Amino acid sequence: MLEPVVEIEQQVTFKQEQLQTLFTVLQKRDYQLVGPTIRDGAIAYDELNSTADLPVGWTDEQDAGRYRLASRKDAAYFGYVVGPHSWKKFLYPPVLSLWKANLQKGEVVVAPEAAEAPKYALIGVRSCELHAIAIQDKIFLQGEYTDPVYKARREKAFIVAVNCVTTGGTCFCVSMKTGPKATCGFDLALTEVIDGQRHYFVAESGSVLGAEVLAEITKQQATAEEQQDAKDLMEKAAKKMGRQLDTTGIYELLYRNVECARWENVAGRCLTCTNCTMVCPTCFCMTVVDTTDLTGQNAERTRHWDSCFTLDFSYIHGGSIRNSPKSRYRQWMTHKLAAWQDQFGTSGCVGCGRCITWCPVGIDITEEARAIRAGDKSDKATMAIKEH
Amino acid sequence: MEPVFDSKAAPKEAVVRPMVPEIFRVEKYRKETHDTYTLELKSASGTGEHRFKAGQFNMLYKFGVGEAAISISGDPSLPNPLIHTIRTVGSVTKAMSKLKVGDTIGVRGPFGSCWPVQEAVGNDVVIIAGGIGLAPLRPVIYQVLAERRKYGKVFLFYGTRTPDDLLYRGELEKWRARFDMEVLVTVDRASSDWHGNVGVVTTLLKKLVLDSDNTVAMICGPEIMMRFVAMDLIKKEMTLDRIYVSMERNMKCGIGLCGHCQYGPTFICKDGPVYTYDQVIELLARREI
Ligand SMILES: Cc1cc2nc3c(=O)[nH]c(=O)nc-3n(C[C@H](O)[C@H](O)[C@H](O)COP(=O)(O)OP(=O)(O)OC[C@H]3O[C@@H](n4cnc5c(N)ncnc54)[C@H](O)[C@@H]3O)c2cc1C
Ligand code: SF4
Ligand code: SF4
Ligand code: FES
Repeated sequence: MLEPVVEIEQQVTFKQEQLQTLFTVLQKRDYQLVGPTIRDGAIAYDELNSTADLPVGWTDEQDAGRYRLASRKDAAYFGYVVGPHSWKKFLYPPVLSLWKANLQKGEVVVAPEAAEAPKYALIGVRSCELHAIAIQDKIFLQGEYTDPVYKARREKAFIVAVNCVTTGGTCFCVSMKTGPKATCGFDLALTEVIDGQRHYFVAESGSVLGAEVLAEITKQQATAEEQQDAKDLMEKAAKKMGRQLDTTGIYELLYRNVECARWENVAGRCLTCTNCTMVCPTCFCMTVVDTTDLTGQNAERTRHWDSCFTLDFSYIHGGSIRNSPKSRYRQWMTHKLAAWQDQFGTSGCVGCGRCITWCPVGIDITEEARAIRAGDKSDKATMAIKEH
Repeated sequence: MEPVFDSKAAPKEAVVRPMVPEIFRVEKYRKETHDTYTLELKSASGTGEHRFKAGQFNMLYKFGVGEAAISISGDPSLPNPLIHTIRTVGSVTKAMSKLKVGDTIGVRGPFGSCWPVQEAVGNDVVIIAGGIGLAPLRPVIYQVLAERRKYGKVFLFYGTRTPDDLLYRGELEKWRARFDMEVLVTVDRASSDWHGNVGVVTTLLKKLVLDSDNTVAMICGPEIMMRFVAMDLIKKEMTLDRIYVSMERNMKCGIGLCGHCQYGPTFICKDGPVYTYDQVIELLARREI
């Protein structure tokens, strides 16, 4: 869980039309805006030019293995939950050239790639996603070795969080203590309120820069009533979580159940398609690919997102270590909910629900955890019987 | 929003771009066996110390082909040239077998944990290697022999498939001739002209009498071999924290970022490759971890 870094000072409000002012202010400060927009029947994250690019009046209906866009009765800008993309797409690019090398008179000369990091303003970051970014910060910035590309992009990024007032069918941030309200890790946090004829934002800043930007849009204090309305909306959302995950002793539960019948059961359904890892905002695995051009004189190494669900992932000469789908699903889930804590001192899951929604066969991590827990209890029961 | 840094874990700035290899040149190429060769490498720029600890590895890059994790098999007190012994098993290791003196090769590292050479001072040392597993243990032998008086008895047990697979034959002979070191070699199968032991490496341990409280064991070889050897040592009353093994998994980065080398809660590239046996006993007992 994130701890607040900056005291949230005060809340201000601005009318919905002024959202465009925020966009303009950020653009004037040389930010490339990225955020939600409709692509191929889903709300994806991509470059934004103006508020017209936002999914105005759209929402998403989600369930295990199911995602559908639906129109809303209002003109909410942020009236959806999360889609197949996550912000890691911008901070930790899916494909990246690490360096190029060429042969000069038979000598290898290596040149690191030194592209200028883009300056992104992330628009519409959900609370669970702030936590996912904080988790990736731990991975890429706080270990013995850091990722310079992530670091440069991350330090430049301006984060506009949006509190969740709509929840999805596969969300479980309340269980993971990662939402629905953004508490820290943002420059600005907005709550979108639509109340009859009134459509406005309640805003707060989480950094000095955020406060500066906000001051350029509005100085209008939020009334007690407006603040209460925003708060009520979030509290209502927190009660409507689509899923729940009981995290009590989850670390011990998974380590204790390295061998349990449920892994076979899930392996019977899992297609090892890698979707769950690609959509997950915290999954960080990557591979490197070495290539040469046709002349054989120029070589390049690129980095690509990778997934523990592939056979290649664990390949060593003689064969893959994790040959069975069972062992791969076990690796993924045990990593998320247990090993991650050993490695980075945090859960690897923020409860965004993406892996549930985008699994073609609807495998649900909360359901699997429940089943393992149920099996675990019966194990204890059988042990107790044996002992007597 | 600036990321919050944890002051306790300050990022290592010295290695600025750990994913970019440094260019080295092949100084010497020695064929060890039909499928294994040793490369001696010197930095092309002539700079840098390239210090390493026994048990650490480098990521070696063959231009245009790819990288492989290879242990450093030379003497840590003489890190220049860098010495690597490589067995041809696939594309990268095969391409490297065709390198010639003067050719260039990329090096990233050294990475990973090391053998308990210092911790073992004052103890008997039992080194057990299978196949190419002798390469990562050779630095230990160099260090122990360099300060021979600091250690008790020293044993080397080494097993390969056939006599033709034995590495470092000249050195094995020299070590065997010493009075202060016991060297036992075995092969899985041999023709009639082999006069040594035949059988898996554990057969060599049968007669071994250990001072279990004052012994440190270091094992490197196939997982199954390490398990059986460790089981025998445990039967001889060695405690798990005195037994060390070196693990192997697919590796793409060597710096804890690609996720490939995960082994239970750990990353082999940074928490390993050398582990105490209590860290891995549970994991080694399970398949497909
Ligand atoms: C810490 C460590 C130390 C090692 N030390 C040595 C050594 O001193 N000498 C030596 O000959 N070998 C050593 N190996 C094994 C060596 O890394 C592999 O044999 C080598 O990666 C095979 O690459 P390839 O492209 O020739 O084989 P391919 O079969 O073509 O490999 C394809 C890919 O699979 C992966 N891979 C295949 N086999 C292994 C393996 N055994 N371990 C890790 N990744 C693998 C690599 O990513 C490789 O790029 C070590 C491995 C590790 C993890
Ligand atoms: S494991 Fe699933 S629910 Fe958890 S953060 Fe990843 S995608 Fe979201
Ligand atoms: S759990 Fe679902 S999304 Fe993940 S690899 Fe299996 S089938 Fe694909
Ligand atoms: S080799 Fe990449 S994490 Fe260990």
